[in-house]
Amino acid sequence: MTASPMIVVDDLAVHFGEGRDSVRAVDGVSFQVHEGESYGLVGESGSGKSTVLRVLCGLQQQWQGRVTLAGAPLPKRPRRDFFLRVQMVFQDPYGSLHPRFTIDATLSEPLAIHGIGERRERVHRALEAVGLDPAFRFRFPHQLSGGQRQRVAIARALILEPRVLLLDEPTSALDVSVQAEILNLLARLRREHGLTYLLVSHDLAVVAHLCSRIAVMQGGQLVEQLSVEDLRRGSAATDYTRDLIAASSGEIIAQPAQST
Amino acid sequence: MAALLNVDNLQVAFRGPRGEVPAVRGVSFSLGREKLGIVGESGSGKSTIGRAILRLLPDSARVTADRLTFEGQDLLGLSPRALRNLRGRHITMVMQDPRYSLNPVLPVGDQIAETLRVHGAGGRGRELYRKVLDILEAVQIRDPERVYRAYPHELSGGMGQRAMIAMMLIADPRLLIADEPTSALDVTVRRQILSILDDLVSRRGMGLILISHDLNLVAGFCDRVLILYAGRVVEEIEARNLHACRHPYSRGLLASLPRLEQPVGELATLQRDPAWLDGPVYRFGEEVSR
Ligand SMILES: Nc1ncnc2c1ncn2[C@@H]1O[C@H](COP(=O)(O)OP(=O)(O)OP(=O)(O)O)[C@@H](O)[C@H]1O
Ligand SMILES: Nc1ncnc2c1ncn2[C@@H]1O[C@H](COP(=O)(O)OP(=O)(O)OP(=O)(O)O)[C@@H](O)[C@H]1O
Ligand SMILES: [Mg+2]
Ligand SMILES: [Mg+2]
Repeated sequence: MTASPMIVVDDLAVHFGEGRDSVRAVDGVSFQVHEGESYGLVGESGSGKSTVLRVLCGLQQQWQGRVTLAGAPLPKRPRRDFFLRVQMVFQDPYGSLHPRFTIDATLSEPLAIHGIGERRERVHRALEAVGLDPAFRFRFPHQLSGGQRQRVAIARALILEPRVLLLDEPTSALDVSVQAEILNLLARLRREHGLTYLLVSHDLAVVAHLCSRIAVMQGGQLVEQLSVEDLRRGSAATDYTRDLIAASSGEIIAQPAQST
Repeated sequence: MAALLNVDNLQVAFRGPRGEVPAVRGVSFSLGREKLGIVGESGSGKSTIGRAILRLLPDSARVTADRLTFEGQDLLGLSPRALRNLRGRHITMVMQDPRYSLNPVLPVGDQIAETLRVHGAGGRGRELYRKVLDILEAVQIRDPERVYRAYPHELSGGMGQRAMIAMMLIADPRLLIADEPTSALDVTVRRQILSILDDLVSRRGMGLILISHDLNLVAGFCDRVLILYAGRVVEEIEARNLHACRHPYSRGLLASLPRLEQPVGELATLQRDPAWLDGPVYRFGEEVSR
């Protein structure tokens, strides 16, 4: 490997709650993502994937371990600027948009916070990039379908032109055709701007399409890392991963030759 | 066998600043004790159909139908009181976003317990507590005791989705409309949830409308599929034949799926054709004009 690591996560741990309600949501997780690489996180529901992403973008401030972003150690109380280069697209397209903000306000807000000009043009470009008509600027989130909202969320992440995108199930609320458009878009943005992605998805075909390396999480721990080739071939080290792959490749449409 | 649900020429339009915008345009189908899938691109009207059946649309929506009946009762003519009785008891809907439908200031377990009480299935004290834990375990929650006391924002996406499914299981409805119920679940948990739903249909005779983007899921799980485009059913097909669908829109959806075994550089995307708006539609492999 010649590329320098963009994200280094070393022995990361996150605990929530106390006493009988305490939970080790993330329990000693280590991995590295190189600059320009696209790295996938898959695994059990509740295994800590979103929590890892939340640490990396500063939303989760209670954690132990060492984290480095673009060579700089992540402080426990980082300033806002630290995260200019790291943007997150959230799992839940409803909760992530302010219900009383128009799309225009939603997209302009991060620009205003960081004192960036040419707002109109940037908002236009971001909407265009995710395939939404500029007329959508004047709508409120409740006037959009689920998929349209998620496109707005992606547009908001792109608007600050970050170097790292943390993508939490970015296409699970999208129909397959918009998903294809978004995945193509993400691939193009990465190629053109050398972006680094950390992608969480339950859809192994989506992960395989975008990522070169994949980590599998279970119960707060990273149980294995594998290459996309291994994933496609189904050669995994743990039963859990093999089970995940088996459940995905048994899919009917994915193998038209075998269906009747 | 009499159908559970009859929908005939359902139309929904939203009133906006520049007049009415149609969202559902003449949708007709009937549902027995079976698993009907509704797929289609984002904004095609899937959730709107579900909400129209449950009469959950806002006042800005104009809903008309030649027929909209549940077990013979006219849903459009129902009094608010009769509607409330029907909703959550005989017809329930798992909403597309779980966190929207859970009460943010109540522990999840208390919400499930309350649902049990409402349906007269509760018992009290320890017994009620145990029942809630059993239900959480049934939806594959690993540590039900902690999740009982957790608030919705303390759950992962998939855990919230499962809490919603748990609540709907209690109601034991005759018709369940599930809007993307498993989109946040990993494939192994999803398999378990689907088998619970399957059980309800085959053993208790529930009718299920499964709204989903996931063509593989619908093909493998449902009996029949409606493919929706711009508020209209452009194709109806047996789920097991979905791979052989005929409408160019349906074919386009299939073609845009990434496949684990067959990597491609660029995924195919839809080239929309204005003719799809009002052109011919397909039923079980045959072209029918409208
Ligand atoms: N704010 C919080 N307070 C308490 N517990 C939390 C909080 N946030 C997350 N957790 C717990 O941490 C664990 C990991 O949650 P996380 O959201 O990271 O899972 P995930 O892998 O993203 O799951 P999913 O695939 O279902 O989205 C869960 O057990 C969850 O209940
Ligand atoms: N309250 C509303 N006011 C105005 N327009 C609405 C409203 N609710 C939905 N719409 C519009 O109706 C159309 C159908 O929306 P609906 O939510 O039914 O789509 P969907 O098929 O469920 O999409 P998704 O897969 O993205 O959830 C969309 O164009 C949407 O913008
Ligand atoms: Mg998550
Ligand atoms: Mg919807």
